[in-house]
Amino acid sequence: MKDRIKKVLLPMFVLLFVIQIWSGIAHVVDSFPTPTATYIAAFGGLDEDGYEVQGVLEDPFYIENQDDKGLFWQVLESLKRVFKGFALAIIVGVPIGLLIGMSKNAQYAFDPFIQIFKPVSPLAWLPLLLFIFQDIDMTAMSTIFITSIWPIIINTSLGVKSVNQDYMNVAKVLQFSPLEKVTKIILPVAVPFIFTGMRLSLGIAWLVIVAAEMLTGGIGIGFWIWDEYNNLNYHNIIIGIIIVGLVGYMLDLIMGKIADFFDYRKKGRA
Amino acid sequence: METVEKKFLSLKDIEKRFKIPSKDDYIAVTDVNLEIKENEIISIIGHSGCGKSTLLNMISGLDSQTSGDILLENTHILGPGPERAVVFQNHSLLPWLTVYQNIEMAVKKVMPELSKNELKERVEKFVSMVNLDHAKDKLPDEISGGMKQRVGIARALSIKPKVLLMDEPFGALDSLTRANLQEHLMRIQQKVKNTVIIITHDVDEAVLLSDRVIMMTNGPEATIGEILEVNLEHPRDRVALQNDPEYIRCREAILSFLYSKYAKEDE
Repeated sequence: MKDRIKKVLLPMFVLLFVIQIWSGIAHVVDSFPTPTATYIAAFGGLDEDGYEVQGVLEDPFYIENQDDKGLFWQVLESLKRVFKGFALAIIVGVPIGLLIGMSKNAQYAFDPFIQIFKPVSPLAWLPLLLFIFQDIDMTAMSTIFITSIWPIIINTSLGVKSVNQDYMNVAKVLQFSPLEKVTKIILPVAVPFIFTGMRLSLGIAWLVIVAAEMLTGGIGIGFWIWDEYNNLNYHNIIIGIIIVGLVGYMLDLIMGKIADFFDYRKKGRA
Repeated sequence: METVEKKFLSLKDIEKRFKIPSKDDYIAVTDVNLEIKENEIISIIGHSGCGKSTLLNMISGLDSQTSGDILLENTHILGPGPERAVVFQNHSLLPWLTVYQNIEMAVKKVMPELSKNELKERVEKFVSMVNLDHAKDKLPDEISGGMKQRVGIARALSIKPKVLLMDEPFGALDSLTRANLQEHLMRIQQKVKNTVIIITHDVDEAVLLSDRVIMMTNGPEATIGEILEVNLEHPRDRVALQNDPEYIRCREAILSFLYSKYAKEDE
């Protein structure tokens, strides 16, 4: 109980400290939004000159026209792209990971490419993919796919390799077919690893989307932030950053819960 | 007319070599000849490195001999199979399945012809046989080491094997739990006669459980040194046996084999 209070109270102190520093920066840097101005930009109120301001979070669901929508729609659009790319990364990555985990030859064949392409930044892929697809959605989706597939492949193969030889001996004595070995022994062991990979991968996907949308334009939280920069609405950039952070945090929490659900090591231990 | 003797499990001129690069082969086991009768309980005892586990793995089919033949009811053993069930030293239960499910998985695979009810009946019968009814819905991590090994035994017996192979089945357990499991095994054996081969390094366990004790010489080139007949009636009582002249004779024979004739210096 005491820990719980600390967990709420201590971050509050840090927040107060951060707001102090922020005010200091706003004081020194010309036209940098103050915490108060940012708050008003988010939730509405009267600005310095006494004008009524409509906060961007007051009505996140508004739709003015195709290109002018509330923040909720911007985030939703980004999430849609993230899930498309993420889903494709799972569909392709898990079987490749299983193959690499089960076959030494497959590991030798794929490993150099994984090592080379894993560290490539999404920003390096973007121009190439934009050139190929000439389409915002396809470009964003394929960039997410190609940068978030690696943790899924690596963790899936790691999961397969962690299968205890004793379990395989049980399978041999019972004369399991190769398919039964996969479904009854390998997958149950590998699933928690696969979900760890998916969690890392979703984190990367959410990182990538902001950068991708800034370059591709259209609708989405990444482009919204870039647009606000062009409109000199610097306070909205700060709001955008906080929203991106909160959504990313929520994605990670949800993914963690799903991972726990499928992890036999965490069952029956309420 | 010549009567052809019905042989159950035969090991003929078994040899196991391991290839070592740029050296002569390592001969782990050589010249092993053994006939095992149906419903006989055999212990194989020897110091570590005598190839007793290698021998068991060749019978189970998880490993293969370099030369020689292993025949079960006149059929060559070419690989693992459910008619030679194995109880592994570290139980090898699947940790994501409950006690019930671990046994069910084996029965389902080996006896696909069973109806839903027959399957349930059979699994429950073997859960009961090792007195684990109260723990049948527990995961392996939630029960003790001795209980896990009991599930391992139940799983092995549930698939109706012709031979039950036990690789130091109680080796990882404390001595009280070990005694308890030996009692379980003897009680089960009284009810359902099985052919059992037990690998052990425990002299008392070997005498208490088996009809014959196979004593292995030290490796490399380990082979059968002596075979001891244990002429004691089943069921056996470990307390009463302590003063039984036959028990004492068997014990002494094994001890003198292991610690006088084939003592191992570096142990």
